[in-house]
Amino acid sequence: MNANIKFVQGNEACVEGALYAGLDFFAGYPITPSTEIMEHLAARLPRQGGKFIQMEDEIASMCAIIGASLTGRKVMTATSGPGFSLKQEALGFAIMAEIPCVVVNVQRGGPSTGNPTHVSQGDVNQSRWGVHGDHAIVTLTASNHQDVFKMTVEAFNIAETYRTPVILLFDEVVGHLREKLVIPDEGEIPLVKRLRTAVKEGTDYHPYLPREDGRLPMSDFGSVHRYNVTGLYHDMWGFPTDDPKIVKGLQRHLVDKIESNAHQVQKYKEFYLDDAECILISYGSSARSALHVVKNRRLRGEKLGLIELQTLWPFPSQLIRERCEQAHYVLVVEMNMGQILREVKNAVNFPEKVFLANRIDGSLISDADIRNILRIIQGKGV
Amino acid sequence: MAVKDYIRERFFPHIWCQGCGHGMVLNGLLRAVEALGMSKNEIVMVSGIGCSSRISGYLDFHTLHTLHGRALAFATGVKMSLPALNIIVPMGDGDALAIGGNHFIHAARRNIDLTAIVMNNRIYGMTGGQFSPLSGYGTKETTAPYGNIDHTFDISALSIAAGATFVARTTAFHVQQLSQLIKAGILHEGFSVIEVMSQCPTYFGRKNKLGGAVEMLRNFKEITTPKGSKAKQANPELIERGILHQIEQPEYCNAYEQMTALAQKGK
Amino acid sequence: MERCRLVFSGSGGQGVITASIILAEAAALYDNLNAVQTQVYGAAARGGSTRADIIISNAEINFPKVYQPNVLVCLTQESYNKFYPIIRPGGILLTDARYVKLNRKVDARQKSLHMFENVMDKISKPIVFNICMLGAVIALTKLVRPDSIMQTLATRIPSDFLDMNRQALELGMTLGEHA
Repeated sequence: MNANIKFVQGNEACVEGALYAGLDFFAGYPITPSTEIMEHLAARLPRQGGKFIQMEDEIASMCAIIGASLTGRKVMTATSGPGFSLKQEALGFAIMAEIPCVVVNVQRGGPSTGNPTHVSQGDVNQSRWGVHGDHAIVTLTASNHQDVFKMTVEAFNIAETYRTPVILLFDEVVGHLREKLVIPDEGEIPLVKRLRTAVKEGTDYHPYLPREDGRLPMSDFGSVHRYNVTGLYHDMWGFPTDDPKIVKGLQRHLVDKIESNAHQVQKYKEFYLDDAECILISYGSSARSALHVVKNRRLRGEKLGLIELQTLWPFPSQLIRERCEQAHYVLVVEMNMGQILREVKNAVNFPEKVFLANRIDGSLISDADIRNILRIIQGKGV
Repeated sequence: MAVKDYIRERFFPHIWCQGCGHGMVLNGLLRAVEALGMSKNEIVMVSGIGCSSRISGYLDFHTLHTLHGRALAFATGVKMSLPALNIIVPMGDGDALAIGGNHFIHAARRNIDLTAIVMNNRIYGMTGGQFSPLSGYGTKETTAPYGNIDHTFDISALSIAAGATFVARTTAFHVQQLSQLIKAGILHEGFSVIEVMSQCPTYFGRKNKLGGAVEMLRNFKEITTPKGSKAKQANPELIERGILHQIEQPEYCNAYEQMTALAQKGK
Repeated sequence: MERCRLVFSGSGGQGVITASIILAEAAALYDNLNAVQTQVYGAAARGGSTRADIIISNAEINFPKVYQPNVLVCLTQESYNKFYPIIRPGGILLTDARYVKLNRKVDARQKSLHMFENVMDKISKPIVFNICMLGAVIALTKLVRPDSIMQTLATRIPSDFLDMNRQALELGMTLGEHA
């Protein structure tokens, strides 16, 4: 058997993707249903010379990876809802100080301790708006292990390209289910390396002065350029300031560097869209159920299609508007009370034709759940 | 290298009030670094939030000004990642022991090679004079206008109990000892805590009628004594200064390297 | 092959989850099939009743959970009483004769085999009870090749224990074939 083919849980597929991308520092705190990620890394990282540390809490884990990223490492932490809440302040720091890092949230039912061993997709909005203050963020997701791997690599690439935290928003079903994973050969997926400054020792290095292309070359802690990193609004040296012009400029930069490159980070998959009269929009494990329904209905000649979102934030409004233009109606399939539904309704020209098929009881939404809503929309009753 | 070579003059004047003890700590720290002949590139200063935490910005090291209470967690990430670096963490009493208490005890427990300088001025200065865990029973602050009913920590005893392998105490008045203790703390391999009793005439001094900076400094001289002195035997109320605790224990990053070697052998 | 949906149930410690992973992994890695395995998490997985779902197919598998299994395995009375109604009409309901009394009418082929007793008589190691059960399952269903199960086991357990597992697998297959 090929050693590059594995039968693993989604959490392990994430680990494989992270290591492929060059992860060499992980800090975490145990929490269901993400713990397998840290367990696997506890075994794998020391063996290949990387660093693994179990911190005293969720907050500390987020802080530790930021510190390690500043020394030039590719870093990640993994958590679930309650831990994700605790990480928000430090996540905001990483956004403000522009530190590349990857944060995995394997979603469970919430709020609070909620439904720890059961699936939910309730953190979609938290991943966008959990941090205080205006900001932009990239949130990626996936529905199967091959894509978990790919999106994890993508997360590291985006984090390095834009000097930003990237959220990997998986869910309990994808995290725990086992299926086949084929690990690509080295070089098959391009990797983005840390962009380091070419400024020589003795010449002033400005850690927060964007190049013409908007990117900010970094300098590792411990090397020749010494500079300040802070969560306060800061000037091009990283020194705190409340100068209104600089504050406004930095605020704009932090949002624009993501929003104006949105098309570069918006990943999705489409199935049977060309002649689709009814378009399902889904993501994560719900997209597996949605695809199941679409395929079965296609066998019966019904014109269903599916858009599977892999980037949730920045939300691909334009894509949704364009692809759904010809549809008779749109059905959002998710496991929350309509967090992506709201975005889709805002995106399309006919919000009254957008419906929700959801499930919020901790079980994976089933084909029957989706079929029932379809029947109601089609006026056939349940 | 002269002391002023360690300073980022571009960012002065500093934000501290007149008479604040933190400038004295900055001075003691620079003298220690100079005496050790350390290169600026090998020092990372990681701080949290508060008056004391602003020290980092003024110094020409790699400086990381983080979140309230979290400096040691960030510092742990930096140190674990690059153990060759020397990490110094200036902290306030509220920063280190209230909001950052969990990180403080666990950094001590791991015995990771960081040097924590706790500037204990017994008050939250930056937010305007609220009581901290070090203010003490019966003191007055804006959030304890009728007298504080919160008891205090003994920073040294807490550090020792949590596993710190170097624990020392001095005051902003004892400038020579201050830089010597910081030097010893930096040289010590493991988690080092140096508590520096520092004066805040603006809030703690004024609210508690302790006079100005001069009176407060004089008070530090009067209420402290070198560790093991006869004066302590005569007056047990006196607070001891000096190295209070120093032991050898495996340092965390070294232990990680050994564990890694073992893991790689089993490959 | 047709899509086959299986549910393995029993109590924590019987190796039900492990057996489900081995079966699915054998199908996916050695028999060139698609397979998905899920299990119930939580307190149940640490001593209470456990359940694992497996789907094996040569087509892509999207929805990973099992509502109506073609094959239902119950290794305790409790799991039998709880899960017997979900069996797909005409499916196979495999139980262990020592642990489960068949007291329900179901539209399925009920196979009550003396797996545990045989394991204890012939191998004396209760730890391979689950592998014996797997032997019976593959004999009854021909889902995967016994060799694939052995190859999977070889990557998971020390070589000293392989023989014992092979014995248990073959024992289960014999029981399954004669059922």
